[in-house]
Amino acid sequence: MNGTADRVTRVLGAASLVAVAVTAWLGLVVSPPDVTQGQLVRLIYVHPGAATACYAGFGLCALASLAYLWPRTRSRRWDRLAAASAEVGVLFCAITLVSGSIWGRGSWGVWWTWDARLTLTALLFAVFVGYLALRRTGGDPDSRARRCAIAAVMAAVLVPVDHEATTWWQTLHQGNTLLRSNPSIHGWQLVSMLASFVAYALLFSWLLVHRYRVEVLEDRFEEDGFAAALMERRAEGGVIAPAGVAPRVGAEVEL
Amino acid sequence: MWRDALLVGGKDLRVEMRSRVTTTQVAPYAILVLLLFGFAFDQNHTLLSRVTPGLFWVAVLLCALLSVQRSFAVEAADGARDGLRLSGLDPAGVFLGKVAAVAVQLAALEVILGVGVVVLFGTDLTDPGLLVLSAAAATVGLAAAGVVYGMMAAGLRVRETLLPLLVLPVVAPVILGATQCWMAALGLSATDGWRWLILLGAFDAIYLTLGVVGFATLLEEA
Amino acid sequence: MDPVICFRSAVALVGRFPVLAGVDLEVAAGEIVAVAGANGAGKTSLLRACAGLLPVVAGEAWVLGEDLVSNPRAVRRRVGMLGHSSFLYDDLSVAENVRFAVRAARGSLDKVAPSLERLGLTGRLPDTPVAALSAGQRRRAAIAVLVARDPEVWLLDEPHAGLDSEHRDVLDAAVREASARGATVVLASHEHERARSLAARTVTLAGGATSVDVMSLPPRSPANVA
Repeated sequence: MNGTADRVTRVLGAASLVAVAVTAWLGLVVSPPDVTQGQLVRLIYVHPGAATACYAGFGLCALASLAYLWPRTRSRRWDRLAAASAEVGVLFCAITLVSGSIWGRGSWGVWWTWDARLTLTALLFAVFVGYLALRRTGGDPDSRARRCAIAAVMAAVLVPVDHEATTWWQTLHQGNTLLRSNPSIHGWQLVSMLASFVAYALLFSWLLVHRYRVEVLEDRFEEDGFAAALMERRAEGGVIAPAGVAPRVGAEVEL
Repeated sequence: MWRDALLVGGKDLRVEMRSRVTTTQVAPYAILVLLLFGFAFDQNHTLLSRVTPGLFWVAVLLCALLSVQRSFAVEAADGARDGLRLSGLDPAGVFLGKVAAVAVQLAALEVILGVGVVVLFGTDLTDPGLLVLSAAAATVGLAAAGVVYGMMAAGLRVRETLLPLLVLPVVAPVILGATQCWMAALGLSATDGWRWLILLGAFDAIYLTLGVVGFATLLEEA
Repeated sequence: MDPVICFRSAVALVGRFPVLAGVDLEVAAGEIVAVAGANGAGKTSLLRACAGLLPVVAGEAWVLGEDLVSNPRAVRRRVGMLGHSSFLYDDLSVAENVRFAVRAARGSLDKVAPSLERLGLTGRLPDTPVAALSAGQRRRAAIAVLVARDPEVWLLDEPHAGLDSEHRDVLDAAVREASARGATVVLASHEHERARSLAARTVTLAGGATSVDVMSLPPRSPANVA
């Protein structure tokens, strides 16, 4: 395989593009502005979808990390999935934070309100940026994978604690809530919001597949180097290798 | 496990007593941080005494990072893990021992910082029970999370910059909880401090468990 | 009797690099074996693999009846290693270091004093912090740790480096004594004379693999195996 695109991703990509276009049209043109929030409500087509995609990414990362750590299901596949979903998750997390911030600016004139969910998202963002930094360290791929998997699981375990903390904190201050569940969303607004979720889901999958394949390519590059290294190492000694040469190791490059 | 924990904790504290890094370097650093807060907030006494809990815990957090870095630097300049691995000690015991040693050092620093805070910011200490309990819980939480991530970062070249990046987001709930508890204990706010204490307890339980269970893997393969 | 150390076509990786690329080794209890080879041949890696520090990913590796491929940690307490770094705590005194190591290995503390004396660490030396010692004294302290722990397998990496001739003899005597008591010794050394006088046989490593199992023979210079 050269490059990471194939028919599946092309279809996904095209579908995402279409979905985004449809959502944009629905969201900006067709659906009416809100009674109370005015034009600002259109952010409801950006923010919740991004937030869901972000949580999906982090959740996937945590689950994949767990699968990697579990001895019976250990496979590089999970490590790659964790890496890919974390990166994609961080991207959508950034979109969530920015859109939330804009919404807050529009509603209350400040760029940041300590809204419980937004604060939690910001914390998660910081945690996963740390995770991405961890991914770039360390020479040995297997120990790096294990290290990162543990970090991801530890971060995931904390999410309920963080959630409780930020919620209590907000009630303490009667802070502003961004996403007051709005029962009067109906008609075109509802349709547009659903469309946005579909668009985000497609976009997320498309990015995930590509990113995963990039990981596969990187691994394959390393693996191919290994056989050569083994031969060179033997040649260093210039001696006859003992009968029963060790088999090629670690040639696990599945998709 | 407990035997090894005592052994390692004792060894770490003994090293600390000999090298006196905490008393000669970290404590002055902590006091300096408080002074800098004074500069940053322009001597505003009313403001400072109201935000004392937060400033205190941020200062403690900064010291915790240093303590944890030191705890792993002690294990040998090169191959920090080899010595511990070869010793045959139980990894969970090593974890608990290190957490205990870091917690003790932090506790000592907190006493110093507490005095500093009273002197510099003019805070009054009132409800001692909540104050002490929450301080203990927060200290254990900071130490546990710090040691776990410290081990993770120990063998890496970029450990000095990576450790804060990993630890700070994770201990955010501890800072939040500890600050709220102290604000309640100092009569600065009307929140139910005990509820936050439960949160701190949950965090401690989680990270102590994670550490005990996962330290072996971190020590070996990470 | 089963060999204490048994490696068959063992492959060990550091990252993706095969530091051991097919090692065959069998050492019986009480034997002293020397490992020779040029720099980079894998001698240190072989010792580390025996200590369970370097994971073996292919082939077989057994030490003291424990399978190193599946459970490298099991042998740690029963194996003692003298490496390039001393694994001593700089701020603690020599005596404290030895005591800590012995207690960590669940050994008996009465072996501490005799081992210190044996290695000539007497007078004010036991209470001196390790940081204040010379390189040779530090090496002797590390050897004292080994002697006090008295493990079943001794893994020595360039043990004579940094020692003066008097203490080299002390080390040799300690090694022979341990072997007589049933401990197995593997040592990697560039000092062929010394190694051959201690060891019953020499194993040569080249390119991460064992090439020849050599009985006592005239010295084989590293150039020969290139």
